[in-house]
Amino acid sequence: MEKYLSLFTQYNIPAAFWVNIQLTFWAAIGALVVGTILALMRISPVRSFAVFGTSYVNIIRNTPLTIILLFGVLALYNQLGFTLSDDFNQNFFNLAVMGLAIYHAAFVCEAIRSGVNTVPVGQAEAARAIGLSFLPAAREVILPQAFRGAVVPLGNVLIALIKNSTVAAVSSVAIEASSIMKTMLEFESNLIIPIFATFAMGFVIIVIPVGLLTTWLSKKLAVAR
Amino acid sequence: MSASVLFDTPGPKAKQRILVINILGVLLIAGLLYVVISGLAAKGQMEASLWASLFTANAWENFLLPGLLNTLKAAGLGIVLSVAFGLAFGMGLLSEVKVLRWFSTVIVEFFRAVPVLLMIVFFNILLARSGVVNGTDAPFWAVVISLMLYNGSVVAELVRSGVRNLPKGQREAGIAIGLTTTQSLRLIEIPQALVAMLPALIGQFVVILKDSALGYIVGFTELLFYSRTFASANGNMLQALLLAAAIFIVINFALGKLAEIVSRRLSSRMPHDKPADPTGAAIAADIEAPLAPPGDQLK
Repeated sequence: MEKYLSLFTQYNIPAAFWVNIQLTFWAAIGALVVGTILALMRISPVRSFAVFGTSYVNIIRNTPLTIILLFGVLALYNQLGFTLSDDFNQNFFNLAVMGLAIYHAAFVCEAIRSGVNTVPVGQAEAARAIGLSFLPAAREVILPQAFRGAVVPLGNVLIALIKNSTVAAVSSVAIEASSIMKTMLEFESNLIIPIFATFAMGFVIIVIPVGLLTTWLSKKLAVAR
Repeated sequence: MSASVLFDTPGPKAKQRILVINILGVLLIAGLLYVVISGLAAKGQMEASLWASLFTANAWENFLLPGLLNTLKAAGLGIVLSVAFGLAFGMGLLSEVKVLRWFSTVIVEFFRAVPVLLMIVFFNILLARSGVVNGTDAPFWAVVISLMLYNGSVVAELVRSGVRNLPKGQREAGIAIGLTTTQSLRLIEIPQALVAMLPALIGQFVVILKDSALGYIVGFTELLFYSRTFASANGNMLQALLLAAAIFIVINFALGKLAEIVSRRLSSRMPHDKPADPTGAAIAADIEAPLAPPGDQLK
């Protein structure tokens, strides 16, 4: 027991989780912005935009996240010298955020599209009847309702993003949870199971409230029809 | 709601405007592509040799195919085991026995909340240290076990919601002919739930195949690992990673299409089930008519 408790002084476990939360936060903002634009493109009357949106989703959704993050480090940084920050570690962090945002934007797009499907046809027809064209109708009528109908799928994307932030280990973000856990497992061989249990519980503690929160929000924000 | 209800059928003026935006859109996307490709060319990345080396017998026989084979092995085994795990724990979630239901709920919720990568790293070290499997096989089994635990838990949830969505009469009929609840679950409800959840299940196979690439991090010699090994020697990491991604995309895209076809088949099959038995259908239609959604009545 003492040995186990000493792990917490030896390794800064909360700091590792904090890195994952930061990765999640920035990537979530990026994914939400890109995903919303993609969703707008997919439902727009302009064919070339719709085709672009659909291809983006089909390509990115079917690519392993590991490849996307690895691509950022090995291809963009190592091979092409592409950087997102002058600071060595910050650069890897930013590349990981970019990869996570690119990947999850495809899922955000699909979540919003499923939200658009919950909006009754009459809403779009009414918007047109009062003279709104595509973009104003989307902004004033369709999207506000679509977001409220998409709370649960968006919450699922957020939960996936929190868990996937551990994959940032391949983008050389060395101080996040899975990397720290790996180091600890290698050095504390007689505490393998307690160490895993600690990190696993950390994620359970973060993920389950998010799930409960989105369920509560989806009920609170549900559009009365 | 299809996209077309979001806007009116365009008139002549709107058609012209859409055409202009369309042309601008195509130009914009083409311009973006041009910037990327010319940027790559400026860095010497479009050299034919960098790409050609990926399409040699050496690259495929010694690197890409063995890697792909390992990926498919891990994913295939992961699929089989997670369906088995999902059925077992799905039945647990639906069990009448409280302890069994609670135990299954805890297991399923736990493994759905823990990142797969965390499990892979843990099992890799646990298996290698404990000597249960050969040291070189540890990454493979770590990947398979982790895929089973996570995706099995997702499948268990699918089984549960599939059974919950069945009409109540199915279980009642099973019990009426003298089956126990477990027998009715096993013989009547789960087979129907499996058919209904097939599209979602195939969708989950895509997740399994993608997640098998996480094994790269613990040194599992799958497609990504071999692509990197090959590219390190040939200096074409960018090109090799793109090819590896393309292989994954093609397989997953095919699986996604399969799921779509299956789901279309199933939805077109459902209404046909009723008229197959004319007398039963007539009675069912009488009872169900007020409850059935409008779409069903039209058919």
